[in-house]
Amino acid sequence: MRKSQTLNLGTGTFVLLGFAALFFLTTQTTSHGLAFATPPHYDVTAKFDNIGDLKVGAPVAMAGVELGRVTKIGFDWKDYKAVVTLRIDARYDKIPSDSDASIYTQGLLGGKFVGLTPGGADSYLKDGAQIDFTQSAIVLENLIGQLVANFTKSKADDQAAAAQPAAAQPKSTEKTK
Amino acid sequence: MKLLKDLWQSLIYSLVGLGAVTRFLLRLAAESPRALLRTDLIAQQIFNSGALSLVIIMLSGLFVGMVLGLQGFQLLQRFGSEEALGTAAAIGMVKELGPVVTALLFAGRAGTALASELGLMRATDQLSAMEMMAVDPIRRVVVPRFLGGVIAMPLLAAIFSVIGIYGAQLVGVQIMHVDAGSFWSQMRAAVGLSDINEGIVKSCIFGVACSLIAVYEGYYADPTAEGVGRATTRTVVTSAVVVLFLDYLITAAFL
Repeated sequence: MRKSQTLNLGTGTFVLLGFAALFFLTTQTTSHGLAFATPPHYDVTAKFDNIGDLKVGAPVAMAGVELGRVTKIGFDWKDYKAVVTLRIDARYDKIPSDSDASIYTQGLLGGKFVGLTPGGADSYLKDGAQIDFTQSAIVLENLIGQLVANFTKSKADDQAAAAQPAAAQPKSTEKTK
Repeated sequence: MKLLKDLWQSLIYSLVGLGAVTRFLLRLAAESPRALLRTDLIAQQIFNSGALSLVIIMLSGLFVGMVLGLQGFQLLQRFGSEEALGTAAAIGMVKELGPVVTALLFAGRAGTALASELGLMRATDQLSAMEMMAVDPIRRVVVPRFLGGVIAMPLLAAIFSVIGIYGAQLVGVQIMHVDAGSFWSQMRAAVGLSDINEGIVKSCIFGVACSLIAVYEGYYADPTAEGVGRATTRTVVTSAVVVLFLDYLITAAFL
């Protein structure tokens, strides 16, 4: 009797562990997650023109210190902007209400995070407040596009400048044709 | 000429072997529904191949995960994207390392135990004695062991994956200071249910393959001390090759 009890206990523990592991894999490593209890916090929102690949769960930092997390990313149909909800730890309750929020990149190709820069107002951000001053994520493709545009433009200017004194003489390349 | 003849012979032998394994599998499958009613026998075998393999699985999972965290961190650091470590660890664990390494360990820990147990039963005429008492040894001895292995394997692989992810988290977040939020949030954003599904399908198929090879080799072992030893060795070798081969096939099928 005792032997079969320990046997059942071992088998039961094993099967329970196995299913707990499966449950963990399906809920905690995928986006089909379950939210667990959170420490005291307050939520503020910020509207961005472009959030790049900012993801839910990304850190919110001021001066490099983590203050909270991005908990929700929505879309505003009125002005076609992204609405990002920032959950900030209740310990950090003295953030000036005119602070501005920008989206930065961790490392060269790393994930995005929201950086707050303090403003000078006497009032502080409260639960449900909105950050008015925002700066969008820098999209690498746009940056490269601008760079290329600038580059070709300046190159064209150079060529035009070089072509003017040479314009009097016939071009040698045209001759060979 | 003799070489060609030998090659031909060995081809015929391996075909005969494959056919025998397939027929054995069909026989086991046919007996399985009735054997499932004998829950006490199945539970005993889940304990033997599952619960007793738990320690080696958890330890290996931890170290495999820690190595994955370390190597992944070193690699990702070059591109300045250490935050992708969570994604790399989870995908690698759930889809590949979890099922495959678990299957290899399972073949080594539980498969050899099954094969030598059955082989020794054969060598000491216990199986013949059962037949004499009109007890079908396949139904009474082989099928519960097979089913126990089939049930235990996916659970072991899931445990392995979870411990491995925590091992990677241990190295990445606690030692290398990757941001914990980015580690988990990037993982959650990148890992889909289809990835988990692939891992589960793989581990189920590996469970069937490893258990089948173990019980087949044990049941048909030569009834000598040497035969039992050979059956045990063949179980590990065949299981490893078959698991890696099947892994390629299933991965290709899921792409």
